[in-house]
Amino acid sequence: MASVTVNGRRHELNLPDSTPLLWALRDELGLTGTKYGCGMALCGACTVHVDGNPVRACVTPIAAVGNGKVTTIEAIGTDRVGRALQAAWVDLGVPQCGYCQAGQIMAATALLRRSPKPTDAEIDEAMSGNICRCGTYVRLRAAIKQAAAQTGGPR
Amino acid sequence: MSTPVILANVSRRRFLQGATALGGFVLAAGLPSVGRAADPPKYGADGMPNGWVDDPLVFVAIADDGTVTIVCHRSEMGQGVRTGMPMIVADELEADWKRVRVMQAPGDEKRFGNQDTDGSRSTRHFFEPMRRCGAAARTMLEAAAAERWKVPVAEVEAKNHEVVHAKSGRRAGYGSLAKAAAKQPVPARDAVRLKDPSKFRYIGKGELKLLDARDMVTGKAQYGIDTRLPGMLYAVVARPPVYGGKLVSVDSAEALKVPGVVKVVEIEPSPAPAHFNPLGGVAVVARNTWAAIQGRRALKIVWDDGPNGSYDSTAFKAAMEESARKPGKVVRDDGNVTTAMEGAARKLDAEYYIPHLAHAPMEPPAATARITQGKCEVWGCVQSPQATRDLVAKRLGIAPSDVTVHVTLLGGGFGRKSKPDFAIEAAVVSKAMEGKPVKLTWTREDDLMHTYFHTVSVEHLEAGLDGQGRTVAWTHRSVAPTIFSTFVEGAKHEAPLELAMGVINVPFAIPNIRIENPEAVAHTRIGWFRAVSNIPHAFAVQSFVAELAAAAGRDPKDYLLEIIGPARQIKPADLQDAWNHGESPERYPVDTGRLRRVVETVAREAGWGRSLPKGRGLGIAAHYSFVSYVASVVEVAVDDKGVMTIPRVDIAIDCGATVNPDRVRAQMQGAAVMGVGIATLGEMTFKGGRAEQENFHTYEVTRMAGAPLDTRVHIIPGDYSKPMGGVGEPGVPPIAPALCNAIFAATGKRIRRLPIRDQLKA
Repeated sequence: MASVTVNGRRHELNLPDSTPLLWALRDELGLTGTKYGCGMALCGACTVHVDGNPVRACVTPIAAVGNGKVTTIEAIGTDRVGRALQAAWVDLGVPQCGYCQAGQIMAATALLRRSPKPTDAEIDEAMSGNICRCGTYVRLRAAIKQAAAQTGGPR
Repeated sequence: MSTPVILANVSRRRFLQGATALGGFVLAAGLPSVGRAADPPKYGADGMPNGWVDDPLVFVAIADDGTVTIVCHRSEMGQGVRTGMPMIVADELEADWKRVRVMQAPGDEKRFGNQDTDGSRSTRHFFEPMRRCGAAARTMLEAAAAERWKVPVAEVEAKNHEVVHAKSGRRAGYGSLAKAAAKQPVPARDAVRLKDPSKFRYIGKGELKLLDARDMVTGKAQYGIDTRLPGMLYAVVARPPVYGGKLVSVDSAEALKVPGVVKVVEIEPSPAPAHFNPLGGVAVVARNTWAAIQGRRALKIVWDDGPNGSYDSTAFKAAMEESARKPGKVVRDDGNVTTAMEGAARKLDAEYYIPHLAHAPMEPPAATARITQGKCEVWGCVQSPQATRDLVAKRLGIAPSDVTVHVTLLGGGFGRKSKPDFAIEAAVVSKAMEGKPVKLTWTREDDLMHTYFHTVSVEHLEAGLDGQGRTVAWTHRSVAPTIFSTFVEGAKHEAPLELAMGVINVPFAIPNIRIENPEAVAHTRIGWFRAVSNIPHAFAVQSFVAELAAAAGRDPKDYLLEIIGPARQIKPADLQDAWNHGESPERYPVDTGRLRRVVETVAREAGWGRSLPKGRGLGIAAHYSFVSYVASVVEVAVDDKGVMTIPRVDIAIDCGATVNPDRVRAQMQGAAVMGVGIATLGEMTFKGGRAEQENFHTYEVTRMAGAPLDTRVHIIPGDYSKPMGGVGEPGVPPIAPALCNAIFAATGKRIRRLPIRDQLKA
């Protein structure tokens, strides 16, 4: 029996400790915004935050989360940076099928928190773990820059 | 408006002569029909199963509060159809988009018209019916208002969600008129007054935000994999690793010990050709997806690989090359190639190889099924809801009317999700679980190793140049297993529709052309992948044109224009193309003027001829497909170590007039990325009949760092009175050849085998 804190709520899970966080979120907690894409941390579709750091939920056993606080796409809008990114995504028409975009936004949120005005090279590095098969990369990059312009700068 | 009604006479199946002339993928959709000889040929939406419906009572409902609900009957997979299609209706309806809701249609083509979202057809087939639908609803609202006010209908006008009588200054909102309007007769089709395009509010503007964008960025959007029902079970399937293989025995004892595993269920295999049927195998049903995956790992299965167990893609490549070097079935023969080759000042030949590809949509196939009292409900990310309905019914032995297919959002499709095998699997497993709801998910490994693979091909080209370097003779031998091998026993030649994707229908001003298609036997499940056979054909043809330009010492763009020749309209039949993407040859001739224009536009916009630093180069390619014209210029930079980046891609498209130019741009930007992936990374190989790439570490796709840094799209303005072209697919084919032509310009190295991978490394 493991327990996890997701989006501010504590949940008891009747699952083996080795169960990946992804399936606990999706199948047990009904938080389907976090997507399955590969199961091997290769595509980034399942990106969530644990204590603000991006992790691949598909390879993170629930036991490894421990007391860490999990944030998913469903709650990233409560974060100033996350909210700005969501708005930029809509404004610039980033999504096509949209399936990977939850993971993209989670990765981009972590990037902008770490580096409020990222260079193209920093964007490449932070975002290249997230595959978009529709090929929205040019708009994704533009949206990150737009959100950065709104939220970034000297703290 | 109240109860939707079913229009009579909506079944407009295209009846085709002969087994090979197919509109769209009619056969693939499981609906082969043999026509009466007297039936005139039908084209466009008329030629698709169940044609089109433009009845406003089917597509439009207006509530008392004025909320307008518009039905979208095509599947959303990233092309923006749930925004575009209702936008057409809303515009003609004079509805305020802020008060429009969109409802996704279930699979029911008798009611909604053709729903097979494939072949870059949605907008070009439904622009006119959806306009008439919106205009008819507007007319009914106007009639209701005129009746209420007792004024001539000519004196009232619908405008932005209300009907106005200018003379008296009276106005009535759509909500207040809804009930009365629903009782008005639906106006006759030819009496419906369409808007003048200059009055369009939304069509062609590209200003509306994507309908589902907000849900997509907040995690609310529901895809096939996201369905949740009370008491739902979760399943994954172990399928025969070789196409045509079957289960010999399964020991499920260990699997059943995995916590959460409920049951192990065998799925009957389908003998090849497998059509849209499941491959068979063993399903593990569990309390959650992870338990099902763990249970599957614990199965001990013995497979009989069957006749394809020796499929080896390296050996097959060699066999295809051998075929490509010998004469094959002649499918087009203009002039006299033999004589022209003999008289040529120079002869060139080149051979190109394009491997199998997997679609790899980010959402793998997934569907949920539930059976209650003999009726089955399916929720799935399907491109073909009617085929899903028909085939689930067939497999369960119930009537299609007892199957409801709810269409979710699709997390990418690219042709994979036209094939509803995964939905049939879900229904079969639900049945084995006494009808309990079962969500059946394909893992990424399942998706890559058991997809309907894009074909593999060898394209052999020969040309003769005269003393001035002009191409006077052209031979193209295309060798590739056909998609039809998945549907028809013993199919060994490319079908007319595959040949008409850029091999026979090259609209070149070359007097002597011979196209041949030697045999190729399929050893895996072949299917269509975004842009289909245009991918290998355009890669070979557009690379070879650039090779000829180099041999002639000419500029590649100028040489391409010279080969296209003067602006003229060519009858598809003159190119031996009886298919023409299912469109009327009169409405859709091959227009070399339009092809020239995209070439000239993209060259100008990309700054063709500009001087570039060492290691940089520009390449150009153009291709006509899905009745649209696209040309691309790719700029590459290759460093000393052979590492390539793509600073910029320019794409010019002439698809006729556009409904949502922002989505046209998005499709072209996405096509550039997919084209780059095909050129640089994508390859599925086989050994012992088994696909060798299991996940994204071995089947690589383009990531942000490898994608073009900048993609500029140039849309040729169109005329709404002229036929539209496709958008979803035609952007893909020119990218790989333009990229390889750019590499040649940058480095002098000619790429003839895809993917490029480390071919540029020193």
